[in-house]
Amino acid sequence: MIGSDRAMLILLAVVAVLPPVLSALGEPFLTVILSRALIFATAALSLDLILGFGAMVSFGHAAYLGIGAYAAGILAANGLTGLEVQVPVALAAAGVFALVTGAISLRTSGVHFIMITLAFGQMAFFLMTSLSAYGGDDGQALAAPSTLFGIAVFDGAARFFYATLAVLALAWLGLRTITRSRFGRVLAGTREDPARMQAMGFSPFGYRLTAYVISGMVAALAGVLLANHAAYISPSYMSWARSGELIAMVALGGMGTLTGPVLGALAFVLAEEALAKLTTHWRLPFGAAVVLAVLFTRGGLMGALSRTRGRK
Amino acid sequence: MTNLLILQGLNGLQAGILLFLVAAGLTLVFGVMDVINLAHGAQYMVGTYLAAAFTGLTGSFLAGLALAVPATLIFGLAVEFLVIRRLYDRSHLDQVLVTFGLMLMLNEGVRMIWGAGPISVEMPGALSGSIPVWGKLRYPVYRLAILGAGLAVAVGLWWAINRTRTGMLLRAGATNRAMVSALGTDINRLFLLVFGAGAMLAGFAGAMMVPVVSAEPDMGDTVLILTFVVIVIGGIGSIRGAFVAALLVGLVDTLGRSFGPILLRSLLPPDAAGQAGRTLAPMLIYILMALILALRPAGLFPVKR
Amino acid sequence: MTPALSVQSLTKSFGALKVSDAITFDVAEGELHAIIGPNGAGKTTLIHQLSGSLAPDAGRIAMAGQDITRLSMPARARLGLARSFQITRILAGFTLLENVALAVQARSGSSFRFLRPVAREAALNDQAAEALVTVGLGQSARRIAGTLSHGEKRQLEIAIALAMRPKVLLLDEPLAGTGHAESARLSTLIAGLKGRLSIVLIEHDMEAVFALADRISVLVQGRVIATGTPPEIRANAGVRTAYLGEEEG
Repeated sequence: MIGSDRAMLILLAVVAVLPPVLSALGEPFLTVILSRALIFATAALSLDLILGFGAMVSFGHAAYLGIGAYAAGILAANGLTGLEVQVPVALAAAGVFALVTGAISLRTSGVHFIMITLAFGQMAFFLMTSLSAYGGDDGQALAAPSTLFGIAVFDGAARFFYATLAVLALAWLGLRTITRSRFGRVLAGTREDPARMQAMGFSPFGYRLTAYVISGMVAALAGVLLANHAAYISPSYMSWARSGELIAMVALGGMGTLTGPVLGALAFVLAEEALAKLTTHWRLPFGAAVVLAVLFTRGGLMGALSRTRGRK
Repeated sequence: MTNLLILQGLNGLQAGILLFLVAAGLTLVFGVMDVINLAHGAQYMVGTYLAAAFTGLTGSFLAGLALAVPATLIFGLAVEFLVIRRLYDRSHLDQVLVTFGLMLMLNEGVRMIWGAGPISVEMPGALSGSIPVWGKLRYPVYRLAILGAGLAVAVGLWWAINRTRTGMLLRAGATNRAMVSALGTDINRLFLLVFGAGAMLAGFAGAMMVPVVSAEPDMGDTVLILTFVVIVIGGIGSIRGAFVAALLVGLVDTLGRSFGPILLRSLLPPDAAGQAGRTLAPMLIYILMALILALRPAGLFPVKR
Repeated sequence: MTPALSVQSLTKSFGALKVSDAITFDVAEGELHAIIGPNGAGKTTLIHQLSGSLAPDAGRIAMAGQDITRLSMPARARLGLARSFQITRILAGFTLLENVALAVQARSGSSFRFLRPVAREAALNDQAAEALVTVGLGQSARRIAGTLSHGEKRQLEIAIALAMRPKVLLLDEPLAGTGHAESARLSTLIAGLKGRLSIVLIEHDMEAVFALADRISVLVQGRVIATGTPPEIRANAGVRTAYLGEEEG
């Protein structure tokens, strides 16, 4: 995993110098797109904890993006723009939702788990569409950008970009720490062989549920950023297609590597933007690319990276 | 009030029977082939579009329907042959990703061919209008026809699964996969057949609905998720479970949307009741699912494997 | 003295078939107690009930006097019941050291710790390395477990079990599917454990069983038809007709 760490640090360093470069090249809008990619990278990182390390194929992860976005949006609409309030509320809401739905979902496994998390995701989606005070189906504009103790930390594309990059770096460091801890080793053990773990004396449920909650909370953090990025909150953030895209980012980037999902998210969002410029029907080649990538490659982008470097 | 109950009850049954047609294929594909197919809702959508297109060509909805059903079968067979076949020995995660990509392609393909707007088809003359069903209460003939056709297919499916050799193989396969291969049956052909039949059932459900709902891109997504709820409640792989759960979900969803707000109004002040009704009604089936799973994690009719 | 493991009237039916029919036996402290029997005698069902993956219909299982009949597999493991699996179960993507260190971790403090890197916990690694040396895998600590040979995986499973510092060790056909040399190595390893902990050994290899066991219980059609020392079992006429005769014939 040393290679993975180095790849991540190089990635962060390269991305960090891009905004001035892009401005100099006369493409400042690319910084905005890149910020979006970084937000999804954070969400993909959070999904990697349960999907890559815990082997839980959650198909409702976009719900947590939405919960974070709506926490920010609803609080902002009621005059509370401070992140010092918005972030704790977003984390608490996501944590509670993850705790309740996770406790039910984790009683099942395999395909049942996939379908149930999908259904809970839809439940959250419909909950938000029913909030007519906050725009219902259509969503509504964010009343005001979030601040931090009164400071406009998200003011301007460059500042927002660096705030987003900082959140991504923190999320990566945090998850990297967790996955290397005692807890992380138990979680990965349940991925390898749950029966062996039980025979050692570990009950997988509590570890899985804890990971599920942590993962949901980190995704909600990305959701707060997403609301600020678009200056809009919308139920579409939590559509099931979004959950599918997050899974694809993690799986095609390289599960259980943390760096891979970040790469996957960047590649995904940038490819989406590039294809959308070429054709309004970008989903067709995009879907085809996902199908072909899964059928004919293994190990994702990180796998390809380590193979080309001939790692032993 | 009684009239409304009967009316919404019939609507619920009709929604349920359609869900059953879609769910039957999905639950069999999972039960027999162990493949999770996210593109199954798109097969429903393809059914509506094909029915609309063939109706446009022939000028008759019934002819359109008659052409659309075999066309969805052929389409399903092609999808199995080109893509699904490669997924049998893959993980569920790979299956999710590939069928998700497939679904994106189908939704977008439909948009490219027929445009993003809805396509509607006129109700066939003989089946438009309504007839009395209970005192002065009238119900649309076409919806009764859907209900009847759906029930007929359900009976036919029950017969095919319980009384034919292939059906017995399917049931054996859904409970014990190793046994089917032990019987020396040509697994590839059986799987092809199951997938094609599942796609055709979903397509048939979609085709029947086109005079009512009109064809739209992404319309299969909602159906797919409802179908997941149905087969999770029913027990994955169980046709009987899918039938019971489909009717349950159809009824709870329809009745919840119409009677939920009425019930809440008697408990809460009007404003709060309105918001609570709008919030709770669409969530009702998911809450139902959560409750059933909390008590029975493998669904109402668990399939032993 | 309280036996390390005591099984009383254990009964389990699948429909009309009684797979465990009032099974009763004791394993004394430090004893190696083998369970033998023809295929279909109910050995696998018995080990499932002992380890906690299957609940008996009736009867009682006690470990050092404590009733564990209704406890889950993890709870039994935490009380000191370790097991190997008929088809080896190891954490294939982990190194050998990580596999065993996790077993040490299971009994040393909470695993809900999120900050300190577990790879640097010397206490876990040292004990894990020691267990690996005991089973003869000391040189391979950094290898990925999935790359081991079949026999080495069996050795790793025993190292995992030892690292749990169990009171009772269940070995479910540890010699099955191993080559001649591997089988001999594993037999020596098991012989070396004798006396240090109580062992229940389920095994088809009669030569090994009679060489290793202090006592043997013979299971036929879900019932224990005889319990005794290897010479007693060898001399038992009922056992010969019910089981040994069949093997030879």
